[in-house]
Amino acid sequence: MIARTPKLVSSLLMVLLIIVALIMIFPILWIALTSLKPESLILGKPAKLFPEVYTIEQYGLLLNAIPFFTFVKNSLIFAGGVTIISLFFDSMAGYAFAKLRFPGSNIVFFLVLATLMIPFQIVMIPLYLMMHKLHGLDTYWGMIIPRITNAFGIYLMRQFFLSVPEDLLDAGRIEGLSEFKIYIKIALPITTTALTTLGVFHFMYNWNDFLWPLIITTSQEMRTLPVGLALFTGEHVMEHGPIMAGAVLSIIPILIFYLFAQKTFIKGVALSGMKG
Amino acid sequence: MRYSLERRKQASGIMMVAPSVIALSVFVIFPIINSIYLSFLDYNLLKGVREFAAFSNYTHIFQDSRFWGALWNTCYFTLGYVPLLTIIALFLAVLLDRKMQVAVKLFQAIYFLPAITSMAIVAIGWRYILDPNIGIIFGVLESIGLKSVPLLQNTKLAMPTVIGISLWKQIGFSMVILLAGLKSISDTYYEAAAIDGSGRIHTFFRITLPLLLPSLSFVIITNIISSFQVFDQIYVLTKGGPLFKTEVLVYYIYYQGFTLFKIGYASALSSILFILILLITIFQVKKFMQREIEV
Repeated sequence: MIARTPKLVSSLLMVLLIIVALIMIFPILWIALTSLKPESLILGKPAKLFPEVYTIEQYGLLLNAIPFFTFVKNSLIFAGGVTIISLFFDSMAGYAFAKLRFPGSNIVFFLVLATLMIPFQIVMIPLYLMMHKLHGLDTYWGMIIPRITNAFGIYLMRQFFLSVPEDLLDAGRIEGLSEFKIYIKIALPITTTALTTLGVFHFMYNWNDFLWPLIITTSQEMRTLPVGLALFTGEHVMEHGPIMAGAVLSIIPILIFYLFAQKTFIKGVALSGMKG
Repeated sequence: MRYSLERRKQASGIMMVAPSVIALSVFVIFPIINSIYLSFLDYNLLKGVREFAAFSNYTHIFQDSRFWGALWNTCYFTLGYVPLLTIIALFLAVLLDRKMQVAVKLFQAIYFLPAITSMAIVAIGWRYILDPNIGIIFGVLESIGLKSVPLLQNTKLAMPTVIGISLWKQIGFSMVILLAGLKSISDTYYEAAAIDGSGRIHTFFRITLPLLLPSLSFVIITNIISSFQVFDQIYVLTKGGPLFKTEVLVYYIYYQGFTLFKIGYASALSSILFILILLITIFQVKKFMQREIEV
């Protein structure tokens, strides 16, 4: 914007920006502070934002009440597993669609893109039945396998590989490398930025995912963090403190990650918005 | 030699797309076909019933007041959420569209913060913030002598509250996309406008908005689609209550499919949702194609 804003307007806008920032932070701050209050103060009236006494007893209560670290482990295996496997298959298919065209590859690519129009909510019942038949309910592989590849990831990787110069790949061919080796040794290493962005996207999407882990897991030992915590909240309406402690513990790792890799993060998460 | 290299490349290409193509066929294309097939069955996993039922699921759906309620609630959510989200995100993006200032970066980081969290987990937090017994909001309201209303338990206020929380969670997303759109508009347009003596508001409506249209329509359409898929916050905040006033389509599908295990009925509901989303998507693809042709 070139035009200068009058001082008064600009300071009013600044105040507005600060108010919005406070609204954004306040709920997270409240959750964090509540998790540090003893139960008597949580229920105490009038409600206070900052407690007089800080305690970590809620965290102890949480760890006694639910297998919190099991949820963390499950979330890591689910989100991490999907991310690693999907990055491999997405990039491999994306590379082939960009650089190793075969008769009909455009039609196949179009069909791949068409699957983007099918939301998960529509296929969750047949997927559940499939996993039921294959004894995949309540297992890690059952959770992970429907997500081992993703049309959006394939599309994204293809776009990146299109810009890789053919000469680079021909150098590999002259050396007698197989096409698969060329992809692994030459093409993949120069697309690390794209891979990281897509990786953050896959990880965040599945780490935060709720509906699929909710229906595919049946025992508490297999629940992911959001599902385990939400179900615990449903059953234990009276224990406020431990639940707030659980929420804090699940937000903190992502928050740290976010602070250190903000740029990659915003890019990756904004991608998931595009997936729609 | 040339010929065999070409053949080798083609064969490798087929091998390398094969895992993805097979996976997408098994986990997306087959299920969608199966879903349509299931919608014609009277299929109950709990009762062990599984027989052909022709269109009876669909005729039942059209007489099911909970379906119409869920459809209305989905539209209510969409109509409340998308316009507000777009306007607020656009407003914030315009305010933050300045040349590199530390403050701008800081605000952007803060506004984006809720977007990185899990909807289910922050919804748990919000449930307690709005809880009349412990939440700070009621404490403040009562201390200044106002009567507090439990928002999520109120039939009129529950849906607006859910919309508000969803806005809080997702505004950063759309803002970032719009901000990127604003940044890609070349300064020369603004310089030309300044030379013409165009005022700020005039410039915004005549230059910024038309040039931002691709990002803007993208934000609007993807948010309409995701509004039709809303589930997590409903599950955690209200479970569709009070009196089904926040029961949306996906929640109703979940209820029929995974608490009653009426697979056929839930699949018929899914098919209807699919048609609705498909119509929106086709509209989007058409737009996208038009843009591609123009470029």
